[in-house]
Amino acid sequence: MKKSKILVATVFAAIIGLITIAADHIDAPDASGTTADITDFYAFEAEDTNNLVFVANVQGLLSPTATSTASFAENVMVEFNIDTNADNVEDLVIQAIPKDGKMYFFGPYKPNTTGLNSTINEMATKSEVAISSSTAIIANQNGMKFFAGPRDDPFFMDFARYGAIIGGTATGFNNPGADTFAGTNVLSIVVEVPKSEIGGTGTINTWVEAKTKQ
Amino acid sequence: MKIYKIKYLAIAVFSLFVMSCNNDDKDDDMIKITTDFSGTFVQKDQMGRPAVNTVFVSAASKDTFNTTIPSEQGAVFQSMFETNIKALSPAYANAGDKNALGLDAAAFTGLLATDVLNVSLDGKTTFFDGTNVLTGRALADDVITVELILIFGGEEGLSNSENPTLSDDNVSANDKNFLTSFPYLASPW
Repeated sequence: MKKSKILVATVFAAIIGLITIAADHIDAPDASGTTADITDFYAFEAEDTNNLVFVANVQGLLSPTATSTASFAENVMVEFNIDTNADNVEDLVIQAIPKDGKMYFFGPYKPNTTGLNSTINEMATKSEVAISSSTAIIANQNGMKFFAGPRDDPFFMDFARYGAIIGGTATGFNNPGADTFAGTNVLSIVVEVPKSEIGGTGTINTWVEAKTKQ
Repeated sequence: MKIYKIKYLAIAVFSLFVMSCNNDDKDDDMIKITTDFSGTFVQKDQMGRPAVNTVFVSAASKDTFNTTIPSEQGAVFQSMFETNIKALSPAYANAGDKNALGLDAAAFTGLLATDVLNVSLDGKTTFFDGTNVLTGRALADDVITVELILIFGGEEGLSNSENPTLSDDNVSANDKNFLTSFPYLASPW
């Protein structure tokens, strides 16, 4: 019984090691398994249709046990990038960075510089929320809503079967498939912001970045 | 009476003084906290649309993809994406082959290589719901099946896939229900 469990775990680890995975979970060597590994990014209209919601998840495939000790790293800043004029360069950013049990948010504001290296403008709109454990703590500040803490991984996919197909040991998906991410958690950052503050109307281009302090 | 008044006044003045000292301390603390946000933060990972780096970027280039700004990604990565999608899917094997969006390998990878998520501020936000295409990404969107259809399904991928066992992973929903209100994601396990 134990041996087979270990075997399954080993095979699973081998699959993960061989094939990069899923939405953005462990997508590249430099980020994989670190506190700066983005697993997913969502942007959708809020319950209040005047608002838009941004979700960034990091540190995927956390078991319930691992979740209790997982934490946001204070040297990692998560940055939502918003391009309002269709040139794929950020015109606005919302920056999230943890410190002493709280997640601090700056923005949305126009960054001093665009691109790979960022600073935080402490004169920008500043908000904060206590980092949650299992029960969600929500902050309403500056017309926005904020959350940071562990959540069920919202991503779903039969990743194990996809790995087998790409690896040449299977020729197609099973029906029904099995959600490889069932029962696992991520660390989530959720921001709800008035559309009027991020372009108002039309289409924006957005992406999320994890940046580590130099 | 007068003496009492003076005493009270003295206490009040003294407590004001103490309070302002405390206020000063708080200000100092705030300055200390804000200085902790100084410094330069250097990019490690980035993501726009789901699974793009995972599926389309060659193994040796995955870190480079994460540190190439979106406005430069198309020029650097489109041809790699096109080579990889043709190697991955028989649905693009013949000249002129297209996917369900009417895009051939060059056009589809040209769209994907710039890895940003397009989001509408004017209405339904969904990766694909049968009508709206790439107007956002909602939690319940079955993005992997949409991408599999566009990669493996061919011209009629939505209704008559060329590779039916490859164009749906048959996992169509999350293992927990999402919330209708903020923070929308389900509680952790």
